[in-house]
Order: sequence, then structure tokens, then C-alpha cells
Amino acid sequence: MRYKMRKMNWQKTRENLIKIFFEFSGIISIAVLAGIFIFLAFTGMQAFKEISFAQFFLEKEWNPTSYGNPQWGILAMLAGTAYISLGALIIAVPVGIATAIYLAEIASPFMRETLKPIIEMIAAIPSVVLGLFGLIFLAPIVSALFNINSGLNALSTSILVAIMTLPTIVSISEDIIREVPREYKEAAFAMGATRWEVIKKVVIPVSSSGIFASVMLGLGRAIGETMLVLMVAGNARAFPGSFLDPVRPLTANIAIEIKEVVSGDLHYQALFATGLILFAITFVINLASDIIIHKQLKKLKP
Amino acid sequence: MPKNIIKVENLNLWFKNKKILKDMSMEIAEHEITSIIGPSGCGKSTFIRTLNRMNDLIPTCRITGNIFYENKNIFSPGIDVTNLRRRVGQVFQKPNPFPKSIFENVAFGPRLYGEKNKNKLNSLVKKYLERVGLWEEVKENLNRNALSLSGGQQQRLCIARVLAAEPKVMLMDEPCSALDPISTAKIEDLMQKIKNDVTIVIVTHNMQQAARVSQFTGFFLMGELIEYGKTNDIFTKPRCKKTEDYITGRFG
Amino acid sequence: MKNGRLAREKIIFTLIKIAAFFSAAILILIVFYVFIKGISVVDFKFIFEEVQQRDITKGGIWQAIVGTVYLGLGIFAVTIPIGISAAIFLNEYAPDTKLSRVIRISIRNLAGVPSIIYGLFGLAVFVHFLNFKTSLLSAVLTLSSMTLPWIITASEESLKAVPFDFREASLAMGATKWQTIKKIVIPQALPGMITGSILGLSRALGETAPIIVVGATFYCRGLPDSPFDKFMALPYHLFILATQHVHIQARQYALGTAVVLIAVIFIMSITAILIRYHYRKKKYA
Repeated sequence: MRYKMRKMNWQKTRENLIKIFFEFSGIISIAVLAGIFIFLAFTGMQAFKEISFAQFFLEKEWNPTSYGNPQWGILAMLAGTAYISLGALIIAVPVGIATAIYLAEIASPFMRETLKPIIEMIAAIPSVVLGLFGLIFLAPIVSALFNINSGLNALSTSILVAIMTLPTIVSISEDIIREVPREYKEAAFAMGATRWEVIKKVVIPVSSSGIFASVMLGLGRAIGETMLVLMVAGNARAFPGSFLDPVRPLTANIAIEIKEVVSGDLHYQALFATGLILFAITFVINLASDIIIHKQLKKLKP
Repeated sequence: MPKNIIKVENLNLWFKNKKILKDMSMEIAEHEITSIIGPSGCGKSTFIRTLNRMNDLIPTCRITGNIFYENKNIFSPGIDVTNLRRRVGQVFQKPNPFPKSIFENVAFGPRLYGEKNKNKLNSLVKKYLERVGLWEEVKENLNRNALSLSGGQQQRLCIARVLAAEPKVMLMDEPCSALDPISTAKIEDLMQKIKNDVTIVIVTHNMQQAARVSQFTGFFLMGELIEYGKTNDIFTKPRCKKTEDYITGRFG
Repeated sequence: MKNGRLAREKIIFTLIKIAAFFSAAILILIVFYVFIKGISVVDFKFIFEEVQQRDITKGGIWQAIVGTVYLGLGIFAVTIPIGISAAIFLNEYAPDTKLSRVIRISIRNLAGVPSIIYGLFGLAVFVHFLNFKTSLLSAVLTLSSMTLPWIITASEESLKAVPFDFREASLAMGATKWQTIKKIVIPQALPGMITGSILGLSRALGETAPIIVVGATFYCRGLPDSPFDKFMALPYHLFILATQHVHIQARQYALGTAVVLIAVIFIMSITAILIRYHYRKKKYA
């Protein structure tokens, strides 16, 4: 009996130890991930001791190394980010949603099982490889097509970033579209609707918020894309006038300048401040789409 | 009255603020089959899940009152819940064999309690599969995934899995509701065969089943125990009007 | 009337189909283009000989390959145990409170934070604060921070996919919580966790932006001897060859490096997919 008691106690202790181990690793992960935000915010916010918010957000000139008169405006780079991510969405949204509709509603099971993994594999291509492809293949085509000196501009980059966002948009939209209950569609078919009419009048409206969320996630990826823009966007600091101008988005600017700054000086802090802004934008976009997708799935799968 | 193995005293149970079980007291006789009947949502399943403290898994659940298993209060702090559940096994409504081989399913309990000897495990698996009448059907395929069995076979496998833990009590929560009549008959036969070794408490929707298999019957309504007694008495001369209405099909 | 509607449907479906095939064709175009253009420089020497700084055509990319392998092993060693245990904590042990839900959502969304941000974090914490300098160790820890949310999210998803019925049945048999997790939950969730982890790892190895910031160099003599050494990596090597190298054949060699990098990543992804496929088939055999 006493032996049994001891065994029982040991089992309880062991259960508790195991629980503590898992708690510990959970807390470590949470700490690391919270640490990212804290370090970023801590270093980034220090920049604003010397740079005013108005100067930072509203001025076009970014020239931290100009002797005696450094400029700290990120507006031109924000415009660069906006050009490229919006340009990418203009291309990727129609193609991506059409692809998702095809895979979910039109394709035979065989076609679906073949095409979906192929499209999802695009996400596995490292962006540096895609950048190389852009440099060697796409940029010369763009420059010849528009008769300009260099194809390293917002347009070429938008096309490549569109390719990067495509798997996100296709994969998530397709998952959402497939969750539309068959009963809804059958009701429309029973009233004599064609397949396209069912897609247009039933499937797309029911899944619209989830499709929207997938586009937002695509936008989040486009804003954060670094290597492609670094390699293909041309990196001029001027405010872009058209899609054929070279641009320098926020991510590329960090990658270009971070290696040349001294830890702890104002330039370093200002780059962290741009990082903080990127973090905030992408986090909010991801959070919003995450919430929308979960709501949508709850609605479709009660 | 035979000896009692479980004694429930003034049991109340809430999920969040909703009261599910109201002031229940009953005693469950050893080596007999007791059935619990009543309309959906009357607290039958919740009640038997209290007997092996499976309701602990539901965070919003709150309980007052006492349940004694072999004269020990199962809510007292010194009780080892895993040991209680080993003694008071449970068969669920939907057959839920583990997605492992047939052998591993039956061997799960013995392994859990420390049996490592391969020969011993082999003979235990054979013994309990025979007990539930599944041995002849599966002896060639002990390594097959249990999920490949039919629903009725899966449920008998689950019973074998529980029996292999050598429980004193087996709780059965509508074990036949998902099964065809032939599988149901097999399980009812099986219950008669094993009741000398293990006390059975069965929740059932099916009043004929209660009448066929059990010696005692409790009728639940809206979380209350309306009437409890010998099955024969409940079905032939119920004392309570509500019981009579229910068993004659006037509501529920 | 009816015919008009069907004709319209036919046109629209054709357009949709073209879009879908176009999407798939992009991958094939890129991969084939890179392979056909780049394969000519990939030979035994290219893979197994060290980079010659003076003339890249005289050597290979051995240090970069080894560097990427070291990175992979390092990230694997850090993220798999922590990531999977954290997922088990979040899914099995953490109480379902507001706080735990906020944490879960945050982790899921950290998976979408741009990689360059992790680079900044790594620079601030590992390179400067912990003073690991720009080194293999800093790069491993930085990429691990980035990979961790992916692995936690993927692992949590496969833990969630284990039906509650199985846990309930095991607990009702008198198994303890840990016994249930060890014997029932983990065996069920493992294929999904492995698949998710390999996919996460393969993505991490293709990342360039963070290692630009925290550690990779274009050239180092020989292989790193300790975690505190500088190192070379395939994506960074590719980047420099493609954009900053003056050698006339630099882009040719960049393409060759791209072939090797894609091969490594695709082999890992396909392995992951095969593991998933294998277990899915086995489950009901």
C-alpha cells in the first residue's frame, strides 16, 4: 500500500514536471516573439526624440548621410512601397481569384490535385531566385517594351511581387470557396441557373469576405517583400512619378543602409523606426484578415 | 437489495450557470445492469460522466454533493482520478477506437498500467477479444487499423479495450445508438455475459433496450431523478405519472 | 435566351481557365528558365570546390552550400524542440482564456511579419545586445525566431486536428494527461508537425534579407570552425553574384547557384509532401 502511494505520488510529480517543461517552452517562445516587438519599438521610438513625426512621415527627402543637414522623410519610400504593392495586387487579384474559382468550382479533381500543388510551390521559390529571374529575364523585356533605358522600375517589381503573392491569394481563396455549402449551390441550380450564374450569384457573394481577406494577406506579403525590390526596383530615392520610375520601398532601404550604420546612432534608430512602421502595417493587415477568415469559416461551418 | 458499489448523495451539477443535475441521490447495485432512461437533454449522459469524473474536462462544470465508489468519496482530494477511471470504465456513444491497430487498442490499458511482457499482452488481447466475441472475426488481422472495422465491431472493440483494464464498473453512454439491430443484439448479449464481472450502468434512449437488458432503471426528466427501482416495476407499474407518460410514449 | 447564357458561360470559363493555367505556368517558366540557363555551370567542381575570390569561374560554391547546411541544422536544432513543445503547451496545457487566445493569434500573425524585420531584431538582440557579432550563431538564432511562429502554427494545427474523442477515450481508460498526449495525440499529430516543420525550414533557408543584416559574408576562406565565425550561404552568394559582382560571368554563376538552391528547397518540400501523403494513406489502411 505504501509502495502504491509512493508510485502514485511519483506519477503526479512527473505529470507536474512535464507540464512545467511545456509551460517553460511556451513561455520562452512567447518571450522571444514579444521581444521582437519590444526591441523594435524601443530602438525605433528613440529616433523620434530627434526627428519629429511630421518630418518623418510628411517629407519626401530621405538623406541621413548628408553632412550637416540630414533629411529624414520617408514619404517617397512609402510611395515606393505603395506603388509596388498596389501594382502587384492589380495584377495578382484578378488572376488569383480566377484561378481559385477554377480550382474550386470548375476543374476536374485531377486538374485540381495537379495545379494546386504547382501553384503552392511558387511560395517555395526563394525571392532571391525570383529577383534573379527578374534581373535577367523580365527587366530587359520591360525596358524593350517601353523603350526605356532600364527595366529596373516599379512595373517590373510589381509583376514579380504579384507572382510572390499569387499562391497566398489562390490557396486561401480556394479553401474558402470550397467551404460554400453544396445546398446553397443546389438551390440556385434547381432554379435553372447556369454554372457561371451560380458562381457569380451564390459562390462569390458568400465567400467574398474570405476572398477579400486573402487579398489582404497578399498585400501584407507584398509590403514586406525585400529581396525582389532590392534587386529589381532600381532603388532611386526620388519620389516616383510613374510605374516606369525606379523606386526604393521601405524594406529595400533598410536592407541597403543597415549594414553601413553605426549601432545606436540616429540613422540606426531611424531605420528601426521604419522597421517598426512596417511591422505595425503588416501585423494589422494580417490580424484583420485572420479575424475575417475565422469569422467566415465559422459562418460556413457552424 | 444486493450490495451497492456506487452511492450518489444530493448531487447537483452546473455548466456555467445552467443547472443540469438537481439534487440526485441513488445507489447502484453491484453485478447488476442499471439503465438510465429519459428524453434528450435530461442530464443522463452528464450524470454517468460524473461517476468517473469525466466532467472534470469541462472547465465550466461545478458540482456539489457526494458520490461514493466502494465507500470512498470520489471528490475527496486524496483520490487519484486516473485510478478511479481505471476502475470505472466508459464506453462512448460513437465508437471511438484509437487510430492504432486492433491489438494496440486492447493492449492500451494493460500497457498503461505497466504490463510490458509480450506473451502476457498477447494472451490478454486474445482473452478480451474472445470475451466480446470479436476474436474469430479479427484474429488474422490483429495488426490492421481499428478504424477499418465496421461500426458494430468498433464498438465491441471499445468494450474489449475497457474490459482489458479490468474495471469494476462499466459506464455505457448510448452504446448502440449508432449501430444496426444485429450489432445491437450482439452487444446486449455481451452485457448479460459480463455482468457478473463488471457492474454496468447504461444510458439509453431506447426503452425496449432498457427493459430487455437491465435489472434496475432510473427515469430522468429535466435533470431530476423522477423514479428509480426494479426495471420490471418501472415498466409495469410506475408509481409516478410522469414516468408512465414517458414509457407509454405520451411525451419525450 | 438560354443559348446566349451558355455561350457567355463558355467564354468566361475559358478566361478563368486561362488564368489558372497561366498561374501554374509561371512556376514552370521560372524553374525551367533558371535550370536551363544555369545548369551549364553546375558540375562536380562547382559543388565541391571552394569559391575562388579572384576568379569565380576557377572554383565552386562549396562554402556557401556548407554554410546553408549549417544554418539548416542550427535552425532545426533550435526551432523543432521549442516550436513543437510550445505548440503542445498552447494546445494541450494552456487554459482557454482571453490572454491565451491573444497569444495564439499574435503568434499566428507573427508568421506574416516581413523577414527583414526579423533581421533588424536579430541585429539588435543577437549581434549587438548579446554581442554574438555577425556570425553563424546570430544568423541561426535570427532565422530561428522567424521560423518559430511558422512551426508553432503548423504544429498547433495538426494537434487541433486530433479529434477530442480520442483524448476522451484515453482519459476514460485512466490514462494521465501526459500519457494521453504521448500515446495518442503526438503519434496522430506527428506527420503534420514534421511536414510543417520541414516546409518552414525550407522557407527559412531561402531567406536572404535577414542574413544580409546579421551575418552572411560574400567570401570567407574555408569553412566556419565555430558558431562565432562568419559564414557564406547560398541565397546571399546568389544575391551578390547577381547584383554586385563585376565578373563577366557572374550572372551565369548566380544562375548556377540558383539551381542548387532551388534543388535543395524543392527536395525538402517534396519530402515533406511525400511524408504527409504517406501517412494520410496509411491512416486508413
